[in-house]
Amino acid sequence: MSASEAQKNGGGDLTARIAQEGVKLDAWVREIVAWHFDPATGTPFWLDYAAKLGWDPRREIHCFADLPKLGYFQDEWLRGGPVRRWVPKAYADRPIYVFETGGSTGIPKSRITLDDFRTDYSAFSETLNDNYFPRGGNWLMLGPSGPRRLRLAIEHLAQVRGGISFCVDLDPRWVIRLIKQGQIAMVEEYKNHCIQQALTILRANHEIKCMFTTPKLLEALCEKISLKKAGITGVFCGGTEMTRQFHRFAREELLEGADFAPTYGNTLMGLACNKPFDPADDYAIIYHAPQPRAVLQVVEPEKPDQLVEYGKWGRVKLTTLTKEFFVPCFLERDEALRTPPVPAYPWDGVADVRPFRKLEANVVEGVY
Amino acid sequence: MIDVPILRAGRAYTSKELLELRDYATGQPVARVSMANPGLISRDLLADATHGGAWHALQDLKVADIMAMLVDAARHFMQSSLPVGSGTQSPQEFVDTQCSTTGLPKSLCRQNMAKIESAMLNMASILDGLTGGLDLGVLDVGYGLRDGHMVSYAPKARRFGAVLPANSPGVHALWLPAFALKMPLALKPGQREPWTPLRILESLRAAGYPQAAFGFYPSGHDGAGVILRKCGAAMMFGSGQSVRAWIGDSRIEIHGPGYSKVLLAPDKAEGWRDYLDLIVTSVSSNGGRSCINASSVRTVAHGRELAVALAERLAKIVPRSRDDANALLSAFADASAARAIDAAIERGLAAGGAEDVTAQFRGPNRLVEFEGGSYLLPTVIYCDDAQNPLANQEYMFPFVSVLNVPADNLIESLGPSLVVTALTDDPRLERDLMSRHTIGRLNLGPVPTSVLQWDQPHEGNIFDHLYQQRAFQREKHLELRA
Repeated sequence: MSASEAQKNGGGDLTARIAQEGVKLDAWVREIVAWHFDPATGTPFWLDYAAKLGWDPRREIHCFADLPKLGYFQDEWLRGGPVRRWVPKAYADRPIYVFETGGSTGIPKSRITLDDFRTDYSAFSETLNDNYFPRGGNWLMLGPSGPRRLRLAIEHLAQVRGGISFCVDLDPRWVIRLIKQGQIAMVEEYKNHCIQQALTILRANHEIKCMFTTPKLLEALCEKISLKKAGITGVFCGGTEMTRQFHRFAREELLEGADFAPTYGNTLMGLACNKPFDPADDYAIIYHAPQPRAVLQVVEPEKPDQLVEYGKWGRVKLTTLTKEFFVPCFLERDEALRTPPVPAYPWDGVADVRPFRKLEANVVEGVY
Repeated sequence: MIDVPILRAGRAYTSKELLELRDYATGQPVARVSMANPGLISRDLLADATHGGAWHALQDLKVADIMAMLVDAARHFMQSSLPVGSGTQSPQEFVDTQCSTTGLPKSLCRQNMAKIESAMLNMASILDGLTGGLDLGVLDVGYGLRDGHMVSYAPKARRFGAVLPANSPGVHALWLPAFALKMPLALKPGQREPWTPLRILESLRAAGYPQAAFGFYPSGHDGAGVILRKCGAAMMFGSGQSVRAWIGDSRIEIHGPGYSKVLLAPDKAEGWRDYLDLIVTSVSSNGGRSCINASSVRTVAHGRELAVALAERLAKIVPRSRDDANALLSAFADASAARAIDAAIERGLAAGGAEDVTAQFRGPNRLVEFEGGSYLLPTVIYCDDAQNPLANQEYMFPFVSVLNVPADNLIESLGPSLVVTALTDDPRLERDLMSRHTIGRLNLGPVPTSVLQWDQPHEGNIFDHLYQQRAFQREKHLELRA
């Protein structure tokens, strides 16, 4: 499908909105670059980076398309300190959180944040259907918390919707270690340990209506309990790869009428919402980044400055553009199908996200 | 394009996740295999516990009736067009497709079909061997008399899971007794060879076996893990690495590498030429793809001469067209696997202490292309000693190490071996071999390692794996015996 065909599908209005979003994105890029490379407000890491470049990004980068001039962001830069080099000077006196990703072996990657997770999850909250994720309903967070963003993020989501979040933790680093050691029985025991805690909370009259969990934990939970009988009406799911087949299986055999909100997110980006469910999509899970705060592109793996055609596979490229954190042109460890803009999200989406095959041998995926 | 479904209690289910199988030579798409997500498998297996699954339907059958079904199923397996997804597959189409996705020449596909047929037709004899002559009617009522003694058997599982291989279709004969033993199945077929297990199920269905007992779940490693974890008893085929995590779990019968060997004792080593045919057969039958193919020859003398003579014979085995009735070598459906094996052998040779003696007869290239397929040519490695890594290696083509071993270390050097063909008439050596539990199948005398009797255990006895003898007393029988 061509871009113009895609736009036709969304109606003439969509074409105009796509163009407007492009203008808005370019303006936002200028603002973010100005912020992070300004000696008064900027981020020490980026100020050092600019000094080595020998040119001033604020003068050279005028739009989103100019960002590759900065080169490709290497997530290895996030391993090890000092972590303060990532804190914009403008926020030096503000309370800082650090969220981690990876870390099953070696030094984890660290990302600082102040309010980004609240902003992202407040925006996500507006996409949820109040009939299934009722305002005031309590939540169960069943998934990886610890040093990750999810605990605070889900708690904020519950709070912003007037509810209270209960939390059951799962430590994916421990699970990965067990898998690498071949301790399959212990992995199962640990999973059951988590599920038992969730069951205890769900049976304790806390009026929990909504939950966040991962695909594997959702499957495991539904083997022990009927979501309907437990009173769960909305499930927000994410954290790992989700296939069309899982999506279909969840809707047909696990959810018993509960709404399903799959998401794609990570510590660097924030949270990409799914395109509203449409049977015509054949259970494809299509995500759209929270543009202009983050941009997801699907690019040719060997030519990452070049987008693939709509409907084609490519590597996912992320750009994060917030005043707290700037990540230009980061090649994710994922591949996806490029999908066209839709009325709810007038910019590109990514579908059927899965581990990038060329890197897959090195990734232990889907452990939780 | 053939669509291979998942079978959930016998009912076809088409997944949204499809694995495309391509022809090993042309690369043309041949089939789309529905892949089961782990949660789906788990949910189906959970139904066993909550609803009884197919269990009761099978327990209502008489073993004698199932034996008759197996005979009928053998006919369907060999002669009928049987369902595959929304279409059907004739025996010839089965052979063509199996060859296309696995690289096995059609001659070997047919040979392996015959092995399955034979196992179905001879199931009564096979179980007679595996049960030690038990009247299988005992399984219908739970107890009975054997040689005047009360016996009773209880099933150890409510479902039998099997994580199956793709290397040699004949090996599926190993789990066929599960039908007669009234055990519902959860099968994970090998990725490129869903054909044989699916055809077996469909032939049983055509013969009237309850389809509710059929769980057929093409899937990845995570799906295999669910089957192994959630079935009360299971069988697993896999590489040394993939089976390692399950070693020690008594529920799981593990079929890893065979490391099968031929041994020439001091009293036979001088006559090694007499056994060359036996060794060639042991190494190369079925394309050298089986765990029962010999991967090492241990002799007390004349190792190098034997290696050279063996190499000269094996080098005559060359790739042939897929339709050639004399084809023996299989193509590698995954060319990268062939390259990786070739590279691993070269690394082993470069480390020293080993020589590829086949090179002088077949030329330097072990990895060749023929009619679009990738082949590894038969390879004989002469090793200086038993510690050399290449002396203890097994690959999915005719690959064999030959080495001299001191007589006093001959048996110790064997290590765990699925099959050992021991060439000796020395009673003391025979007794020593008989006492080694690390030898899964012992052939005394010139029996090729690749010759199997299915009525004997093969890396375990499926009857013992699925049933447990219990003590049993019933008042009326106590009176009888009093």
